[in-house]
Amino acid sequence: MTLIWLRVALVFYAAGLLYALVALTRTSEILGKVALHASYLGMVFHFVSLTEAVVQSGQLASASVHNSESLLAFLIMVGFMLAYLVYKTTTPGIVVFPLVFLLTFIAATGQQPLVFASVAVKHGWLAVHILMIFTGYAALFLSFGASILYLLQERALKSKNSSGMFSRLPSLQVIDDIGYRSLMLGFPFMTLGLIAGSVVAESTYGRIDFLDPKILLSILMWAVYLLMVFMRLSAGWRGRRAATLASVAFAAAIVAWIANYFSGMHRFITS
Amino acid sequence: MRFQLIGVNHKTAPVEVRERLAIPESRLPEACKRLSEHPSVAEGMIVSTCNRVEFIANMKNGTGDLREFLREYFATDLSPFEEYLYEFREDDAIRHIFRVAASLDSMVVGEPQILGQVKEAYATARAVGAVRAQLDQLLTRAFAVAKRVRTETAVGSSSVSIASVAVELAEKIFGNLNGKSVYLVGAGKMSELAARHLLAHGAASLFVANRTYDRAIRMAQKFNGQAIEFSRLYDTCDRADIVITSTGSPHFIFRPEHGEKLMALRKNKPMFFIDIAVPRDVDPEMNKIDGIFVYDIDDLQQAVSSHVADRKKEAEKAEAIVNGEVDKFHARLQTLDVVPTIVSLQDHLETIRQAEIDRVRGRLGSMTNDQELAVEALTRGIVNKIMHTPISTLKTAARDPESTTVIELVRRLFNLHDDLHNDGERETATARAVRDRGAED
Repeated sequence: MTLIWLRVALVFYAAGLLYALVALTRTSEILGKVALHASYLGMVFHFVSLTEAVVQSGQLASASVHNSESLLAFLIMVGFMLAYLVYKTTTPGIVVFPLVFLLTFIAATGQQPLVFASVAVKHGWLAVHILMIFTGYAALFLSFGASILYLLQERALKSKNSSGMFSRLPSLQVIDDIGYRSLMLGFPFMTLGLIAGSVVAESTYGRIDFLDPKILLSILMWAVYLLMVFMRLSAGWRGRRAATLASVAFAAAIVAWIANYFSGMHRFITS
Repeated sequence: MRFQLIGVNHKTAPVEVRERLAIPESRLPEACKRLSEHPSVAEGMIVSTCNRVEFIANMKNGTGDLREFLREYFATDLSPFEEYLYEFREDDAIRHIFRVAASLDSMVVGEPQILGQVKEAYATARAVGAVRAQLDQLLTRAFAVAKRVRTETAVGSSSVSIASVAVELAEKIFGNLNGKSVYLVGAGKMSELAARHLLAHGAASLFVANRTYDRAIRMAQKFNGQAIEFSRLYDTCDRADIVITSTGSPHFIFRPEHGEKLMALRKNKPMFFIDIAVPRDVDPEMNKIDGIFVYDIDDLQQAVSSHVADRKKEAEKAEAIVNGEVDKFHARLQTLDVVPTIVSLQDHLETIRQAEIDRVRGRLGSMTNDQELAVEALTRGIVNKIMHTPISTLKTAARDPESTTVIELVRRLFNLHDDLHNDGERETATARAVRDRGAED
C-alpha cells in the first residue's frame, strides 16, 4: 500500500513537473495554480505513504532508512510550501518540482538501492540523524534553487528585457529572502544531523573512521555550508557568488549521497 | 432608439479647437439641461475633458440633428469646426460610448481616468434629469462593458509613464519599497516626478544633492527629505537604495570604481541607478557590477514602449468584447422597441380570437357564408375596439423618453416575452406593415 499511495502522489507531482517544463518557455498563471493544488494533494498521499511505512515497520528509524528518497522529497515539498505560505510565489517550483518528482519516482519504483544491517537500524539516534540531515538537505536545495532564480532575475533586470519568460518571477528581494532563510534554517539541522550521525557511528563501532568516503564528504559538505553562511553574514554574498557556493555545497551533498554506495561504515557493514 | 453622438477628441482636433468647444464643469449641469430640452432631443449628456468634448443624445425622431443644438448653444456657425467633428449614430454611437468608457479611445489606451470622467458626466446629466431612460441604460451598460474589459483583458494593467516604469523596476528589485531610501543627484523636474512616485509607493527617506545647494534644500523641503552638499555625495550615497541622477554634468558622476566601493560598503545589498540625465551621469559599465542595476533614459523609454505594444495586443481583445456588447445591447433595445411590441400584441390577440372561434364553431352548427362573415366581423370588431386604446397609448409613448417603461409593462401584462426573435424575417415584414399603417394615422 505504501507504494500505491506514493505512486498516486507521483501522479500529482507530475503536474508540478509539467509546470516547471512549461515555465521554460512561457509563464502560465493557471498552470501554476493547478500545480500548487496538485502538490497539496500529492503531499497528502505522500504523507499517508510515509505514515504507513512507519506503522508497518513499527519503527521510525527503519522506516526512514528504507524510504529515504521519499522522505527527502517530502521534506523538500514542505520547505517549498512554507516558502509559498510566506511569499505567495510558486516560482521556486521551477527548480523544486523536477527534483521532487525524480526522488519520488525513484522511491516509487519500489527498488531499495541501499541495504542496511538491521542491528544499527533500531538505534533511536539514527532516526534523528536521518530526519535532521534530510531537513538540512531540503533547505540546502531550496536555497540552491533560490540562487538560480536570483541569477535568472538578475540577468533579466540587467539585460533590461522586462517582458518574456521571467517577467513573472518574484522580485530579487523575495528570492533573496527565500534563499537566505532556507540557508539559515538548514544549517542547524545539518549540524545536528551530523552530530547525531557521529553518535550512531560512535556507539555502533566505538570509533569514527574519518577516512571513510561518506564521512569525509559529509564533513566537506558541512564546511562549504558553513562557508556559505559565513560569507552571507559577513559580506552579504548573494547573486552570482552565492549561487556558485550553493552549487558547490549542493554538488558536495549529491556526492555525499552517492558515497552511500561506497561507504562501508555508513552501510553498517562491520569492516 | 435614435442615438446620436457628435464631438471632437485628441485625435481629430488640436487643443485650440477642443478648448473652444469644452464646457467648464460649473456650466455643465445647465448645458445638459439645455441639451435635453432641445426640441429634437429626448435625453442628452455631455462629456467634456481635456482630451474630448462629446455630445450624446437620444433623439426624438430620426430627422433631428445635434448640430442644431451646437449652433444654438455656442451661438456660432459650425463650419470652421466641421473638419474636426465626428458624428456617430445608432450602433456606431453605442460602440463609441463603450469604447470611450473602456478607455480604448484614449490617448494612452487603458488609462483609468476616463471611466471616472464619463461617470461624472453621467451623474451630472442625471442630476438635472437630462438622462432618464434609454440613455441611462446605455451608460449603465457602458460602465459594465468597461469593467469587463478591465477584468478580462490586460488593457490598463501595465504602467506607461517613465516615472511609473521606474517604480515598477524598483519593485522588481526590492519587492515593496517600504523603508527604502531615494537619493536625488541633481534636482530637476523629472527626478522630482520620479521621487514623488517612489515615495507614494512606500519609499521612506529622501536625500537631495545638487551643485546649487539652495535648490537641494528647496527640493528636500518639498518631500521632507535631507539636503546634502554636492561635495559629500560619494560619502553619503551608500545610504541610498535608489539613486536618481539628472545633473548637467558632461562627465560620468558614477563610475565602476564607485560602484565597487558602494557594494563593499553596502555588503552587496542591491542598488538601483535611474539615470535620466543627457549626457548620462552613470557609466553604463556600472551595470556589470553584481548587485548594481543601471537604467538610463533610453532603457526606461524602451520599457515604456514595450508596455504600449503589449497594450495594443490586449486592446484588440477589448475591441472584440465591445463589439459583442454592442450587438447584445442593440438586441435588448429592440425588444423594448414599440413596433415589435404592437405586432406581438396583435398576434397574441389574433391567436386568442381564432382559438375562441374554433372552440364554439361546433355549437353554432353549419353556417351560411354570410353568417361566417358576420361572426368574423363581430369578433374582429371586439378585438380591434379593445386594442385601440393600448396601441395608441403605445404609439404616443414611443415619442416619450419613458416609453421603455410603458412597453415593458405592456409586454409583461400580455406575457409577450419570447416571440420576438423566433422568426425574425416574418417579424420584420409585419413590423414594416405596422409602421406604414402607423404613419398614415
